[in-house]
Amino acid sequence: MADLRDIYQEVILEHAKSPRNHRAMATPSRKAEGYNPLCGDHCTVFLAMQGEVIEDIAFQGSGCAISRASASMMTQSLKGKTVGEAEDLFQNFHRMVTGQSSNGNHPEIGKLAVFAGVAEFPARVKCATLAWHTLEAALHGDREPVTTE
Amino acid sequence: MSMRATLSGQSAEAAVQSIAPRFDVEQVRADFPILRERVHERPLVYLDNAATSQKPESVIEAMVHYYRHDNANIHRGVHLLSQRATEAYEAARGKIQAFLHARDAHEIIFVRGATEAINLVAQTYVRQHLGASDEVLITAMEHHSNIVPWQILCLEKGARLRVAPINDRGELDLDEFGSLLNPRTKIISVAHVSNALGTINPVKWIIRMAHAMNIPVLVDGAQAVPHMPIDVEDLDCDYYVFSGHKVYGPTGIGALYGKSALLEDMPPYQGGGDMISSVTFEKTIYNKVPHKFEAGTPDIAGVIGLGAAISYVSELGISAISAHERELLTYATERIGEIQGVQLVGTAREKAGVLSFVMDGIHPHDIGTILDQEGIAVRTGHHCAQPVMDRFGVPATVRASFGLYNSKYEIDALVAGIEKVREILG
Repeated sequence: MADLRDIYQEVILEHAKSPRNHRAMATPSRKAEGYNPLCGDHCTVFLAMQGEVIEDIAFQGSGCAISRASASMMTQSLKGKTVGEAEDLFQNFHRMVTGQSSNGNHPEIGKLAVFAGVAEFPARVKCATLAWHTLEAALHGDREPVTTE
Repeated sequence: MSMRATLSGQSAEAAVQSIAPRFDVEQVRADFPILRERVHERPLVYLDNAATSQKPESVIEAMVHYYRHDNANIHRGVHLLSQRATEAYEAARGKIQAFLHARDAHEIIFVRGATEAINLVAQTYVRQHLGASDEVLITAMEHHSNIVPWQILCLEKGARLRVAPINDRGELDLDEFGSLLNPRTKIISVAHVSNALGTINPVKWIIRMAHAMNIPVLVDGAQAVPHMPIDVEDLDCDYYVFSGHKVYGPTGIGALYGKSALLEDMPPYQGGGDMISSVTFEKTIYNKVPHKFEAGTPDIAGVIGLGAAISYVSELGISAISAHERELLTYATERIGEIQGVQLVGTAREKAGVLSFVMDGIHPHDIGTILDQEGIAVRTGHHCAQPVMDRFGVPATVRASFGLYNSKYEIDALVAGIEKVREILG
C-alpha cells in the first residue's frame, strides 16, 4: 500500500512551505508559462542564461505542495547546469516519478530522489512535472503556455 | 396494543412519521454492490456523486439482461428480439417522460448526456434563430458544457455571449439577470443546480420572466435530476437536459426534453439511419420526432439501464431522496463549516447535493490525495467551471457531493479525514 509519508516527506513539505527561488525575474533571458488544466495550477519559469549555462533560475505560480516543492527543488538543482545537463536531469526525473527507473535512480538525481514516492500516486505525476515541462518550454523558447495534458 | 392506543400515546407528528414510508439508508446501500468495495484497505466513502453516481444492482442487471436475452437492433427487425429490444427502449422513454412530467413521450430525445443535449439545441434551434449581434444569455455559474457550445455558435454567427453575474454566496444576481434580457436575446441557458457550488437557481422565475419577452429557456438539469422532483410542464421550460450517469444510470446516455412544437420545427442534428422515413439521392424525408434526432443505432443497453435507474429512483421516491440529502447537506455544512481554517465556497440559501470548500494554505489537490488514502472519494479541481473558480479567486476547491446512499457516518469520516489533512500538512 502506498504510504502518505512516501509522498509528503519532510523535505517536500518544507520546500512547499518556503519555496526557494520563488520570485519573478525582471529581465529573464528566457521565460515560459505552464498550466495544469486538471487542477488549475500555474507556473512561470524564468531563466538567466550565460551562453548554454543556466546562471540563474526562478519560478512563480500557484499550486499544490507537490508542484511547489518540485519547482523549488528544480531551481536549486539546475543553477549552473548546462541546457544539455538540465534536459538529462528532466528525463531522469520523469522516469523516476513515473516509476520507470526500477534499476535505481540516476546518480544525477541527488536530492530530487525525495520525489520517487510520487510514482505510487499516478494522479500526482503531473503536479511533480509541471515545473519541469515549463522549464523545457523556456529552454526551447516556446511562446505558448505549455500544459501537462 | 390497538392502533388507537398507539396513536394516543404519540404526538401527531410522530404518528405521521410512522405511517410515511421511511427512507432506510442502510437498505438503500445494500442495493449498490460497489459500496462494498474497499479502497486503500478502507471502506469506500463515495462523496463524488456530482461527477458520477454509483449504479444499483437493478441497473447493472437490466443491462446484462438486455445483452444476454434481448440484444437486437431497434425499430426495424420483424423478429422477436428486435421487438423486445424496441419495447424496452421505448418503455425507458416513457419512464423518463413520467419522471420529468412531460406531456408526451416523443418530447424525450435520447442523447449521450447533458453536454450533447446542449450542443443539439445550440446547433439546431438556436443556429436557426441566432443572427449577428443577437445574444445568448447564460450565468456565471455554468459548467463548461453550458458555456463552450454557445461560444462556438456565437463566434460563428458574430453573436454575443452574455453572462449574468453571481453574488458572494454563489447566487444568481436576479436584478442583473433581468437587466440583461432584451429583444436580441435568442436563448437563455441556465443550470438548475450549480455543479461547483450547489446553488439551486430560481428557474421557474427565470422562465416566466423570459417568456414575457418571448425568449426560450434551456435548463441544464444535470445536477438537479438526481436530487429533486422535476416537472417540466410546471416549470414551462422549453428544453430540459440531463445525464443518466448522475442519476444512478450508465455513462454515455442522457436525455433532452423539448416542447413538442419546438422539436417539430427544428432541423435534424445528425443525419443517418433511424432518423429518416425515406431516402433517395434527390431528397430525404425525415422521420418524426423523436426519431428525427436519434440518428444511428443508439446506446440501447444504456437507454435500458437509464430506464432502470429512473425506476429505482421513482420507487424510492424522489421527494424522500431529496429530504434525506437535505439532511445530509445541513449536517455536513455544520460539521465542516466549524472546522478551523475551512471556508465553504458557495453558501446560497437554496442548495442541493454539493459542499465545496477550501482550506487555509493547503491546496485542494493535496487534500484529495490524503482523503483518498482514507478511502474517501471527493473531487478536487475546478469542476469544469473555471469561471466560477475565478469568481471566488481560488484555483480549485474540494467538493464533497452527496447521493441517496450517503450517510451521516460518511460525513463524520470526511471530517476525520480533514483533521488528518491538517495533521500532515497543517
